[in-house]
Amino acid sequence: MHDLKTVTALGGNTPRVDAFAHVTISENDGVALASVAARMGHEKKCHQVLKKLLGAVPEVGKAVLHDPEAGFWTGPDQWMLGAPRDTHELLADQLKSLLGDAASVTEQSGAWVCFDITGPAMPDLCERVCAVPIRRMQAGCVQRTVIHQLGCFVIRCVADDHVRILGPRASAASLHHTLLDAACSVA
Amino acid sequence: MIINHPLLGPRDSAEFTYMGDARLIDRPDPQSDTAAQEFFAYGYLRDNPAGWHEELWFHEAGDRSWLVVTRNTLTHEISNVALARDVARSRGRSK
Repeated sequence: MHDLKTVTALGGNTPRVDAFAHVTISENDGVALASVAARMGHEKKCHQVLKKLLGAVPEVGKAVLHDPEAGFWTGPDQWMLGAPRDTHELLADQLKSLLGDAASVTEQSGAWVCFDITGPAMPDLCERVCAVPIRRMQAGCVQRTVIHQLGCFVIRCVADDHVRILGPRASAASLHHTLLDAACSVA
Repeated sequence: MIINHPLLGPRDSAEFTYMGDARLIDRPDPQSDTAAQEFFAYGYLRDNPAGWHEELWFHEAGDRSWLVVTRNTLTHEISNVALARDVARSRGRSK
């Protein structure tokens, strides 16, 4: 039997945390993700399942911050769903069994790196890396944008000083580098 | 230039990629007797209007939807933006 050890997106054994005076950047290794795209003609069934699962279907540019499963809108009739990895490692399989032929479900946990940015300087940091109106965004607002040439999702979480950034996992170190750069300039 | 996305509101054009003339939606019927001629026109022949032009834009750094943008090539004024799938469906596609 191989003795394999999982590593985080940045290659560590534990998620990396970088704390500055007014802002903290934490790698979040505990999110399982799966994308759901409604198949043509099955949009209604897809909406019903999502409503049952999340309590509501995420509106355009919004997230439903439900527990344990949460979800956000990524495009017309397309959503990304997330849940704690400890309990929902097979999230895509669980969704597929609920949705059947109504939607195409793709495992996304291995495609994204998740950074949680918290602290009073979070809006300043956010403004330096991407063109989203972070101060106007409410809890549950989501925008896809470009950070350091990388397509990322920016999710404004419940706490006023908390934003979650999902970026391409293969470029986790590049994204982390630019977040650190911005954190140094606002520190 | 700002493109007023039908779902997401005003977004910077840097988030989009230009994908050509909107007539690319009207793919010819490959079973037609004159298919070769029609595909030649579809693939190679374009108008180059000085004025209003319907074009396809891809929201690459956003929700990745395809849009039909009606843009004035002289002034860059944009008079209409619609989801390409709605335009295609209104022309009887995707049935």
